[in-house]
Amino acid sequence: MLKVEQLTVSYGDRTILNNVSFELMTGEWLMIVGPNGAGKSTLINAITGSVAAKGRVFFEGKDVRTMKARELSRGVGVLSQSHYMGYAFTVEEVVRLGRYAYAPTIFSRHSGEEQAVRAALEKTGLYEQRRQSVLTLSGGELQRTFLAQTFAQDPKLLLLDEPTNHLDLVYQKQVFELIRDWLKQKDRAVISVVHDLSLARAYGTRAMLLDKGQVVVDGTMSKVFSDDVLNRVYHMDVRDWMTQMLAQWKET
Amino acid sequence: MLFAAAAVLTLLLSVCVGSVSIPFRTTVSVIWRGVWGLPQMEGTAPAILLTSRLPRVLAVMLVGASLSLCGGAMQGLLKNPLADGSTLGVSSGASLGAVVAIAFGVTIPGMPFAGTMVMAMVFAFCSLLIILGLAYRLDFSLSTNTIILIGVIFSMFASSIMSIVITFSGEKLRSITFWTMGSLQGTNYRNVLVLLGALVLFGGVILWHARELNAFAVGEENARHVGVNVRRVKLILLIAVSGLIGVCVSIGGTIGFVGLVTPHMVRLLVGPNHKRLLPASLFAGGVFLMLSDLIARTLLNPKELPIGVVTSIIGAIAFVYIYGSSRKGR
Repeated sequence: MLKVEQLTVSYGDRTILNNVSFELMTGEWLMIVGPNGAGKSTLINAITGSVAAKGRVFFEGKDVRTMKARELSRGVGVLSQSHYMGYAFTVEEVVRLGRYAYAPTIFSRHSGEEQAVRAALEKTGLYEQRRQSVLTLSGGELQRTFLAQTFAQDPKLLLLDEPTNHLDLVYQKQVFELIRDWLKQKDRAVISVVHDLSLARAYGTRAMLLDKGQVVVDGTMSKVFSDDVLNRVYHMDVRDWMTQMLAQWKET
Repeated sequence: MLFAAAAVLTLLLSVCVGSVSIPFRTTVSVIWRGVWGLPQMEGTAPAILLTSRLPRVLAVMLVGASLSLCGGAMQGLLKNPLADGSTLGVSSGASLGAVVAIAFGVTIPGMPFAGTMVMAMVFAFCSLLIILGLAYRLDFSLSTNTIILIGVIFSMFASSIMSIVITFSGEKLRSITFWTMGSLQGTNYRNVLVLLGALVLFGGVILWHARELNAFAVGEENARHVGVNVRRVKLILLIAVSGLIGVCVSIGGTIGFVGLVTPHMVRLLVGPNHKRLLPASLFAGGVFLMLSDLIARTLLNPKELPIGVVTSIIGAIAFVYIYGSSRKGR
């Protein structure tokens, strides 16, 4: 579905992402992990063309740089980690923007628009709140609103940049479960940047560990989450730390 | 529809009321006869209405509608409630052109009264080229911060040059001061046609991009994610807003507050969706400026106040009242 070839991003003399290449197949949920400054979010931005990058990215065989904005957004959806809302749009208005790429002009409405918007609102449990102002939503509800927008967009590939970074446990679980359900559909794939290694292990089907802009390991969960690799990149005994954390829960 | 009906009623009211009040029925009759080329009734009413008041009121309505539409568009595009059509700096450029024309008595051969207007338009266009050229050179992505920063810097630069010109303007100082405070006194049907043409062309482009403005108002990054060609749309809208503002400033001078406050008021009533906000702002801006003009020319009759002074006073009070009411209602 996605092929990334030698992607490199530099700001002046500083190289943020260095020769990153990988392929993504249908049905995969690729977890991109790594310490701060590893280039994880930059990789997501470089794939969508939001930052200038060397190298090439192919989505379903097409070079994304040659694709029009609408065409790309019909195939690739992006969910950012946080959203600042300035105006009192309703939940439905924000979700409806997800259908922008399907209706060519202001007067035309894609035949499946109403259905797609309603389905996205229902799937994310926001149908009853559809007329509510987004300024009155909690952080979790706002993130679900934008997830609903992405679902309404109906892309094949979903790129998530730390989607639950500011959310409490309940919303973290909700968002990840919703994405897992979404991935069960035909011809779907997900790439997400995740800080929390436990979440990455629990939901990913494959992982890529980045450090200093380079791919350290890309492969199965057991290969990437091996002790020596993690300890080397994070400069600490990751397993020991995780076990200590879990032990607290077992004791109580 | 409600806003459109209010605009028509305000238009008729503004035409009726003035230093010489003309009954409503006579006003409608004179305008009707004028539109269809029928023989006019006796007396001074046709002359007052058709040659003086109607073109002025129409120009006022179109300028108000244009300024308000531009304000609504800029507030959405830049996701900044403090933005308006003048944020980009083009209106300062246009003002500079007009001040130069008044100070040095620039005239156009065959069109002795059009010098100020044409100079303002030329300067507005040149300002747009300079501002966008600089913005591109400094930041290829045309980011919001770069646009605002360059707009502010350019406005300050243009104001400085304007101050120098005013310093050496001698006996033209009074005309310049009056013009900078905004006035639509003495506007004619030619001005109305130019304003209408600009509103149809540039305003049409702005209205056509209501969905994209919704996406920008949610967030530029989000707009890109849902498929908006961010750089292209931003450039189109900036050119449309600048073109419309340039024409308005060239005819009516600097009229503040309309573009900033009217979209705010309308947003509180119809919400932030630009499909409703922009058409409502268009009519509300027309109503607001027509009422301001009515006050400007009748309050201290026979003296006339600069319209910009009235818009600022009314706008500030109305805004505080509506904003306060909306917060109580929450």
